[in-house]
Amino acid sequence: MGIFTLAISAIFINNFVLTRFLGLCPYIGVSKKLDSAIGMGMAVIFVMTMASTITWLIQNYILNPFDLVYLQTIAFILTIATLVQFVEMVIQKMAPALYKALGVFLPLITTNCAVLGVSIININEQLSFVESILHGVFAGIGFTIVLIIMAGLRENLEKAPVPDSMKGLPISFVLAGLMAMAFLGFAGFQI
Amino acid sequence: MSLIKEMTKGFFKENPVFVMALGLCPALAVSSSIENAIGMGGAATFVLLCSNILISLLKNLIPSKIRIPCYIVVIASFVTIVDMTMNAYLFELHKNLGIFIPLIVVNCVILGRAEAFAGRNNVVKSIFDGIGMGIGFTLALVAVAFFRELLGAGQLLGVNVMPANYQPILIAILAPGAFLTLGLLLGLMNLLKKPEAD
Repeated sequence: MGIFTLAISAIFINNFVLTRFLGLCPYIGVSKKLDSAIGMGMAVIFVMTMASTITWLIQNYILNPFDLVYLQTIAFILTIATLVQFVEMVIQKMAPALYKALGVFLPLITTNCAVLGVSIININEQLSFVESILHGVFAGIGFTIVLIIMAGLRENLEKAPVPDSMKGLPISFVLAGLMAMAFLGFAGFQI
Repeated sequence: MSLIKEMTKGFFKENPVFVMALGLCPALAVSSSIENAIGMGGAATFVLLCSNILISLLKNLIPSKIRIPCYIVVIASFVTIVDMTMNAYLFELHKNLGIFIPLIVVNCVILGRAEAFAGRNNVVKSIFDGIGMGIGFTLALVAVAFFRELLGAGQLLGVNVMPANYQPILIAILAPGAFLTLGLLLGLMNLLKKPEAD
């Protein structure tokens, strides 16, 4: 599979948020302000890339050879939790400025189903090592793009006259629905 | 009496999906048919109940600093059990739900209840809380699935209920329909709740 195909497919055709329904909690929760959306997006790209790399190695060098595939869920979630904690400590020590920007979002990422999702999809679709890493990067980029678009839309939504009962969460979902409709235009692309 | 209240609070007043906006990913992803919604709800309820019981039993043994990783291991173990059991006995459903079964691990409803309830209350209360929240989650999934299946396929539980000349609104069963249905349902619930608040 070419890099270009992988990129278009992960970012647009099978967008993690709007087509696969992964990572909705941060998508709705962190999309109120553009700044925090960008911070969250960067943190997710970073963690997804690292997680894809490490979980692929674990699956192929530990779980498969020792016949421990049934431990996949436990092994992956523990790896991700540890990874997030580790990344948080490293960034705090090495790059305090970056930590200030990403810090609050990092702990939230453990329970972001997009991260565990990308790891499992990599294994299910039997991607190679390099493909898995790239898939992690592009899936993260896809997540960030829709998160930033959503944040921009919601900032403008504040000025719009929305009926009282639709304010907040409900109108955000309708907005997400319209975005999903736009992304549906990419469905069925053959590259 | 208060035990019943622990249970029924999950149905409407503190419904995990509609009121607390937790567990949104599965709520949208598997709500394309009522059958899938019930399957997912059942699996999540089982995990929720078991993890609530075990965590409330272990709450004094788990050091509070590492409680979240401990909770995750407990939850992940039960998810593995559900995953393997469903794969063996409910193969068709397992295939439909796909990746969302292992993803029950990161369903915020379950970790949320472990943290907010089971880690602080006794076993009996946690059991009722787990059952109540599980049923509330299932109800929310079924509610979304009801409209999506009805409008998108003209069916309920796989049986045709609409008149023969009904043209299914395909969008309802596709991804955008999930967002729109949940958004409009949330709006409707707010609208109905209004008079009580005044």
